[in-house]
Amino acid sequence: MSLDLVIVSLGVLLASALLAALAGRRDRLALALGTVGAVGASVLGVAAAGIRLAGTDNLVAETPWRLPLGRIAIGLDALSAFFLLCVYLVAALAAVYGAGYLKAYLGERRIGPAVIFFNILVTAMVGLVVARDAVLFLVAWEAMTVASFFLVTFEDDRETTRRAGFTYLVASQLGAVALLVLFALLRARAGGFGFGAMQAAGAPPAGLAAACFLLALVGFGTKAGFWPLHVWLPDAHPAAPSHVSALMSGVMIKMGIYGLLRIVTLLGAPPVWWGALLVVSGAVSGLAGVLYALAQHDLKRLLAYHSVENVGIITLGVGVGLLGASRGDPLVTFLGYGGALLHVLNHGLFKGLLFQGAGSVLHATGVRDLDALGGLARRMPVTALTFLVGAVAISGLPPLNGFVSEWLVLVGAFRGGSLAGGAGVAAVAVLPVLALIGGLAVACFVKVFGVLFLGVARTDAPARAHEAGPLMRVPMVLGAALCVLLGVAPLVAIALAAPAVLEVGGLTEVPAGVVGGLASLTSVAGVLLGVTALLVLARAALLRRRSVSVGPVWACGYEGVTPRMQYTAASFAEPVLAPFGAAIQRTVHAELPSGYFPASARYDDHVSDMAGERLLVPAARRVLAAFGRVRVLQQGRLQLYLAYVFVTLLVLLIWQVGAAGR
Amino acid sequence: MNGPIPVLVHAVLLVMLPPLVLGVVGKTKSWVAGRIGPPIWQPYADVLKLLRKGVVMGAPTTWVFRAGPIVGLASVLVAGLIVPLAAGAGPLSFEGDVIAFAALLGLGRFFTMAAALDTGSSFEGMGASREAAFGAFTEPGLFLVLAIVCVPARSVSFAGAWTALPWDAWGPRHPVFLLAAAALFVVLLAENARIPVDDPATHLELTMVHEVMVLDHSGPDFAFIVYGGAVKLFVFAALLVHLLLPVPAAGGWVGAGLLVAGVLGVGVLVGAVESSVARLRLTRVPGFLIGVAALAAVGVAVLLARGQP
Repeated sequence: MSLDLVIVSLGVLLASALLAALAGRRDRLALALGTVGAVGASVLGVAAAGIRLAGTDNLVAETPWRLPLGRIAIGLDALSAFFLLCVYLVAALAAVYGAGYLKAYLGERRIGPAVIFFNILVTAMVGLVVARDAVLFLVAWEAMTVASFFLVTFEDDRETTRRAGFTYLVASQLGAVALLVLFALLRARAGGFGFGAMQAAGAPPAGLAAACFLLALVGFGTKAGFWPLHVWLPDAHPAAPSHVSALMSGVMIKMGIYGLLRIVTLLGAPPVWWGALLVVSGAVSGLAGVLYALAQHDLKRLLAYHSVENVGIITLGVGVGLLGASRGDPLVTFLGYGGALLHVLNHGLFKGLLFQGAGSVLHATGVRDLDALGGLARRMPVTALTFLVGAVAISGLPPLNGFVSEWLVLVGAFRGGSLAGGAGVAAVAVLPVLALIGGLAVACFVKVFGVLFLGVARTDAPARAHEAGPLMRVPMVLGAALCVLLGVAPLVAIALAAPAVLEVGGLTEVPAGVVGGLASLTSVAGVLLGVTALLVLARAALLRRRSVSVGPVWACGYEGVTPRMQYTAASFAEPVLAPFGAAIQRTVHAELPSGYFPASARYDDHVSDMAGERLLVPAARRVLAAFGRVRVLQQGRLQLYLAYVFVTLLVLLIWQVGAAGR
Repeated sequence: MNGPIPVLVHAVLLVMLPPLVLGVVGKTKSWVAGRIGPPIWQPYADVLKLLRKGVVMGAPTTWVFRAGPIVGLASVLVAGLIVPLAAGAGPLSFEGDVIAFAALLGLGRFFTMAAALDTGSSFEGMGASREAAFGAFTEPGLFLVLAIVCVPARSVSFAGAWTALPWDAWGPRHPVFLLAAAALFVVLLAENARIPVDDPATHLELTMVHEVMVLDHSGPDFAFIVYGGAVKLFVFAALLVHLLLPVPAAGGWVGAGLLVAGVLGVGVLVGAVESSVARLRLTRVPGFLIGVAALAAVGVAVLLARGQP
């Protein structure tokens, strides 16, 4: 039943993409068709995921015809169903938002391709999570890359966009190479590309398992945005239209996490170092992501760096889960994997919401530079409120959903401290790191929300702003409502994630103690809302007979205050970033005021990603230089090439004759 | 002691006692400086006076400005319901509550900073920015302190971990708890904007951190902020007391007495620090806070290396 629904939803997606393509130059029709298709498929897909998560049967289906090398085998287990839920939930909200957002481009550029590739991207992601055969998996993986490439390069008349798209494509291909090797290794052992056969072949020997794990880390980590493989991400996500950024940041990069978890289930019992390695990787991604985010002035680029941070948090959770699994501790395993999986869903929701909010701001003002904005809360109240919900959620604060998943990871890390040996050390190391990431994320999102929506407009761009249209408002409000729901009722959230967590962790039941703690989070949220409501009433009662007047803000008696004197994003982040000066390489061009009556001053800073400039580019240069040596062979002379052919033939002939003679 | 009585005692202590701690801090500072100083009850009078006043809202402000003090106070009050006061457990105690405690303080900080940015004043932006930095750098230290207490107890709740402290051989056999107490005291100073991180008595906007962030709040809003600050100091002091004194799990009058005496003692200690230490230069505060986290990390390392007590 549930698998049938998935197949139908895939059909709906492909059919709507096809119809949108047939609509040709009638962009409005294509947009309507694509959106209806995406939303319809999402309803079916969410229903399918819900049915599977409520039940226990693992359905598998296979077509009688074959792919070259592989088969079209699909299946729906709990892990697939959970990711299916994430994909369709975020995709539906993004599609509706896109219907409103893309209208601004009508008449300006062709939006048909954006609609078609959006639906193809969703199709590829759904195909990916239900694939039960490595060849089908890789086909879906590549389709996902190609579709998202065309979405990233939607505004392809811009040089930066083309560049971002190219970087993305190259990075994705490098990641895919690792996956190709990974599946080749697994196939050599299992004798087939089917996941079922790989599972049936049992756990590979330690060396092979380690090689597979590392390959998966590189291959899937490139898509997920593990530091330093994330370099494509902060370029590509902002370049795409905002609803696509929401989909890419919200769920597409999580396909890397899905792949990693899927492979881990095939590799048998994990050794301690896998978990420890993921803790280190998650810590570096998380800290680097949030620090670079703090240093950004471009709204969408900042949000993209926060995806690196949140993937880091998810990785920390997976790491804690692996540590628990390596020591056979069901509680720590459940808490780690549970936090990671729930954060996949939560991040999809609030990052989708935040990118949509960013899109609304961009739509209304045409500006992405934080320091040119300000005071938008008055003109865009709905966007401001929903963005605030997203900002509090991504900061991991109660009573919203981000807090629940980080709570699970942190409890897992505390309990993991009791694990024997290095596993305990690695688990405890998660605590200060995640605490620092949380503190820095609070700083960053206060900065973003404050500089965008509060205070006074810094230029006249925000002064002309208008609230987003209804098609854009509805998904933002729905997304915010889901963030609140999953935060206030974490038992609902864990009920969705638990079947998948049990499957990944190889557990049979939810360990005692998890549910009780989560239920108490609901009481904390309830008490918090109750006390807040009481204080609101108390304030109103106290002020009933008092004067409430509006006056100027305190400026030490100085009268010539202008909006440009407000703290900017750069000045807000300065004291937070200053201690990390050496780690994030900022170039500052400053002309400081001098003399008693300074006439002019300016300040401009720029952060270039160290991972790219210090690590990957030099590494790539080395590789190119190494391959450059082979170039001696390439002289461009026909005679020489004919000689090569002749020599090769001769060598082969001698070898053959020699072999026959023996 | 079961039923509603302990909850009632907890609530009364949480609501009534905090301004007294501020009063004790003030009195200690006056005493060291050789002044008579304001009466110990002065903070109560301040809060009551502010509650009776009207409000002036800054011109650019929105609802976020009004939400700041309310969410700020609500979050510290709920955090205060989580920590144990006169007994071994708070009314909202549960497995995993230490994380909720830290996150609630973060929520309060988020909204206080947002309210500051809502005024569009560069002073308040400056305060919020510094608060954001110091808040972020305090967080790892707090979690490492929690790790020292929670990991050996195999419990992630104040009730479970704090009652599992080995009181019979606290000092020499378990020096890590000494490190935890020292680090927690610094976290207390930093979280509550006290010297050496911030100076609540400063009168120059450019040198302020917490104070400058709430410059434009007035009347009941400012009362909520002052009172919320007192609650936060009280809650941290109560945690420190529970780390240093064996408050009986059943509470009762002994528990209440120990807590009140201990909390007022922490007030005296804070006052003594403020009278004897100069404030750190702003740029050196992050290093100081990270240093404290490193101290706590040494504690964790010792704990894990020795095998847990």
